[in-house]
Amino acid sequence: MKKYSVFAVAREAMRHHTGWTRAWRDAAPKKRYDAIIIGAGGHGLATAYYLGKNFGITNVAILEKGWLGGGNTGRNTTIIRSNYLQDPSAAIYEKSRSLYETMSQDLNYNVMFSPRGVIMLAQTEHEVRGYKRTAHANMLQGVTTEFITPAKVKQLVPIINIDGPRYPVLGGLWQARGGTARHDAVAWGYARACSDMGMDVIQQCEVTGIQREGGKVTGVSTTKGDIGCDKLGIVVAGHSGHLADMAGFRMPIESVALQALVSEPIKPCMDVVVMANTVHGYMSQSDKGEMVIGGGTDGYNNYTQRGSFHHIEETVRALIETFPMVSRLKMLRQWGGIVDVTGDRSPILSKTPVDGVFINCGWGTGGFKAIPGSGWAMAELMAKGRSPLTDAFGMERFTEGRFIDESVAAGVAH
Amino acid sequence: MLIVSCPNCGITAEETEFHAHGEAHITRHTVGSSDDQMETYLFMRKNPKGVHFERWRHQNGCGKWFHMARDTMTLEVFGTYSAQTYNPPKDLLAEIDAKRPGWRDVS
Ligand SMILES: Cc1cc2nc3c(=O)[nH]c(=O)nc-3n(C[C@H](O)[C@H](O)[C@H](O)COP(=O)(O)OP(=O)(O)OC[C@H]3O[C@@H](n4cnc5c(N)ncnc54)[C@H](O)[C@@H]3O)c2cc1C
Ligand SMILES: [Zn+2]
Repeated sequence: MKKYSVFAVAREAMRHHTGWTRAWRDAAPKKRYDAIIIGAGGHGLATAYYLGKNFGITNVAILEKGWLGGGNTGRNTTIIRSNYLQDPSAAIYEKSRSLYETMSQDLNYNVMFSPRGVIMLAQTEHEVRGYKRTAHANMLQGVTTEFITPAKVKQLVPIINIDGPRYPVLGGLWQARGGTARHDAVAWGYARACSDMGMDVIQQCEVTGIQREGGKVTGVSTTKGDIGCDKLGIVVAGHSGHLADMAGFRMPIESVALQALVSEPIKPCMDVVVMANTVHGYMSQSDKGEMVIGGGTDGYNNYTQRGSFHHIEETVRALIETFPMVSRLKMLRQWGGIVDVTGDRSPILSKTPVDGVFINCGWGTGGFKAIPGSGWAMAELMAKGRSPLTDAFGMERFTEGRFIDESVAAGVAH
Repeated sequence: MLIVSCPNCGITAEETEFHAHGEAHITRHTVGSSDDQMETYLFMRKNPKGVHFERWRHQNGCGKWFHMARDTMTLEVFGTYSAQTYNPPKDLLAEIDAKRPGWRDVS
């Protein structure tokens, strides 16, 4: 792998950029691997990366039915924050946020992490109380957040209308080190680093069956043939129930569509991320100048990566009161992803009833921010059989009634 | 945008009049049931790629509940039927069999 650096850029500039090589190998599957990861989204790739980096397990394949990062990882609005309420969530999301801080250096790939700050607006009395409680919890967890006044909100976001009338801004939960990153770059950077460690990233390779012998996994059937493995990580977001079914167990997951849209590019007007959870809308400005807008999920099970137009309308209608300038913007593109939602809105990082099979899913509407932390923890779980970061997230919590209820922090979880 | 017919009041309207409420025909376990049964009732869902039977309410209309058969891969609505039943009607199942042979094996 050629290292990217300012010298490499200068050298290539001198020779008309003819010296760049492929960032990762397009591999064909081998007969067997120590570990196979299904799904080359951010979570799958990060899992593989940390299996290699932290545990020296590099005989690994990452199988992807479509293209690298073509699932939710390439469709999300890239908000990164760690201001959750419950201790297990704070631990894994804050681990993740802190890994984002050094990811570009670590991967030698610019993921454009921009810790520009995230405000979650409090627009009802209930939210004021909820976010104050979260700020207090965060203080105990060592996550730096702060409840700020409407005046401070207005100072941070001059284009905002704080007077209502329907949804006045009563304050906000401010995380100064939250922000955004470039979603594709996260997937590409991990793929490049995995490939460099000798792992095989195999695209257009759909897993169609999971082979077991005596309650233990032995391999997978794919559209590119059978591949053997000792350990298997299922990291397929909205398709988790489908894959679990192949392995013979059930998941407490439902798959629904979540949509986002972007406007035409305009001059810089908002340099923080704003989330308005009461009205199910959130917005940030991309480096190209587009306003990136997301809303809530559609109400029913869906695998089509399309949502209903009226949900877009709802989101925009609500945002217009808080951001009147949005009403003058033309929208350019709109799309959807299939998100995997659990009963308590928290993820599942877990062993399964099949020996050697591990599952990482349920990140729902808010897992981009969790990619490095989740990969870190999942790799430990797969390598050692347990991880302090995943202990609370086992799927047995639904039988035991031991939920990680994030309904306050994750009313709209992005 | 789904077009839905309410079997209670007979109105056909687009989906904004209605609200989806998840999988239908779930066995409601209660006091005295095992942990596994409670988990199944509360959290385990079929979540199929394909034909899905679900509960809906005519929220901005007659207000009543009903059931719907829908394809989660194409969003085609096969039909709606009364909520006062344990199983989908036979003629609806026959129609789905004709349109989606083998759908019962799909998860
Ligand atoms: C519109 C939208 C906005 C969002 N906004 C945010 C946000 O602002 N902040 C945030 O933190 N999160 C956000 N999210 C959530 C976030 O995108 C996801 O939680 C995260 O990307 C999930 O990553 P993943 O790697 O688990 O899944 P994915 O990226 O979906 O990867 C799973 C991969 O598995 C592959 N796969 C599936 N089945 C098979 C099979 N049988 N064989 C082989 N491969 C298979 C898929 O093709 C896919 O590439 C948003 C999501 C959406 C849809
Ligand atoms: Zn009706």
